[in-house]
Amino acid sequence: MNLNAVDAKEAIEAVFRKDSGRILATLIRVAGGFDRAEEALQEAFAAALVAWSERGLPENPAAWITVAARRKLIDYSRAERTKRDKEDSIRYEMESRALPSPAEPVHMLLNSQSPEYDDRLRLMFTCCHPALNQESQIALTLRTLGGITTPEIAKAFLTSESTLAQRLVRAKRKIHEARIPYEIPPPHRLAERLAPLRAVLYLIFNEGYAASSGDSLVRRDLCAEAIRLARVLNDLLPDDAENLGLLALMLLHDSRRDARIQNAQLVILEEQDRSLWHREQIAEGIALLESALRRGPTGPYQLQAAIAGVHAEAITAAETDWRQIAALYATLYRLNPSPVVALNQAVSIAMSEGFAAGLSRLDELEASSELDGYYLLHAARADFLRRLGRTEEARVAYERALTLTVNPVEREFLKKRLAGLRQILG
Amino acid sequence: MNYMFLIYSQEIAEGLPPEDAMAIMEGHRAVLGEAAAKGILVSADALKPTATATTVRGNGSGYLTLDGPFAETKEQLAGYYILNCDDLDEAIEWAKRIPTACKGATGCIEIRPLHGVQIPAPSAPKA
Repeated sequence: MNLNAVDAKEAIEAVFRKDSGRILATLIRVAGGFDRAEEALQEAFAAALVAWSERGLPENPAAWITVAARRKLIDYSRAERTKRDKEDSIRYEMESRALPSPAEPVHMLLNSQSPEYDDRLRLMFTCCHPALNQESQIALTLRTLGGITTPEIAKAFLTSESTLAQRLVRAKRKIHEARIPYEIPPPHRLAERLAPLRAVLYLIFNEGYAASSGDSLVRRDLCAEAIRLARVLNDLLPDDAENLGLLALMLLHDSRRDARIQNAQLVILEEQDRSLWHREQIAEGIALLESALRRGPTGPYQLQAAIAGVHAEAITAAETDWRQIAALYATLYRLNPSPVVALNQAVSIAMSEGFAAGLSRLDELEASSELDGYYLLHAARADFLRRLGRTEEARVAYERALTLTVNPVEREFLKKRLAGLRQILG
Repeated sequence: MNYMFLIYSQEIAEGLPPEDAMAIMEGHRAVLGEAAAKGILVSADALKPTATATTVRGNGSGYLTLDGPFAETKEQLAGYYILNCDDLDEAIEWAKRIPTACKGATGCIEIRPLHGVQIPAPSAPKA
């Protein structure tokens, strides 16, 4: 089969998206560093473009790339040794320059039980090392494990490509210079090292889900990528309840993706068309959550997944078990007393005990924290006031919320509510 | 009496031009060579830039590992360890064990990798 250059390019892009994280993880282990591994992978992709256009697509493109890149690494170290030893290396060079033939059987390289399977987990721990700042952790994880290009990451996180590229260079230099290890932490360090790793995956998911800004297509990729990486994490460390909780939480949120945005507008949970929810994803999320809770100990991700699960199991919004949700938020608040959790608790109190009760919880919150600049606090207040029929006060709160968000989808939602109120106010 | 000499220097992003850096290295070599010849040199090395720094801070219930150099102006340099660790994780484990309340209130440990500069031997001929 002959391919033209366009087809070869498409095949290469597919391998890049699907497999480059796995391949790169192995190359980094073999090379003992990022730079050479990335260079080898890039060269392998370049070689593939030529070879595949001429000779057709190999039976297993990912394996072909892996073998070609590993040979590049051998090339580099031979070239270096040669430089050191001043030896005649022509014979080695001839050998190593031969690329794998399209039909070469390399299935053993892709065996999921092989050591390379662990390479991704090692790399995850390196990318999410606490000695790197969180922005670098996210960028590095997406770039090396996610198969997401630097321009795409820049677009998703609203930074310039050059800033992001610099951040990546700096992070890689620190890994190298300070000798951040490339290994799965020993059991006594595992708990503290898993926390930032989960945080990074959830931040990637949230950046895609909360749509604080940017292109909706890229954002969906971020959610899918976070879920994929959380699956990898669970495959590799299957006995951790919070890892299961994290995956369950993402799946349960993501199951609502098609109902959540309609005609580029945000649809709140209460008003979503629940027939658009992805039932099989909900079922998977609930099953994961149940096995997490059986395993224990209970943690914040499991509690948040449990809350998402209560919503997911309500056939209509009116049937939502808000008492249970309020109880779950109370437990979550004990573990994680953050203002955002408190805000959600206030909403669940409003829904189970009445809007007046919810409003007084919001008042407490506003008095005791720095949440005044948080648009959701004012949006929640506006909503409670609107439902209590205190229309003028609701209008003021909506307007305050509007000044605090730049997200077009959220702004559109708030404006729609305001227009509704203005009709009542006349 | 051993004295510690702390070298403070403003970091510029692009670094020194090679010839200036060489001149500074020569300056160090001259001083170190002289000190070594007199038999008073204990130890010296260059630190890698602050971009490679990690700060470990105890917060009562546990330890926080942070990217970057320490930046709290209330805390003053109180001592140093030089330990040969396999990697940053081992260094962080050690940092957690080092007491930081030497001067009264609590502090933190900044971990900076060393370059491993070769120090002239006492008998080294001086250029």
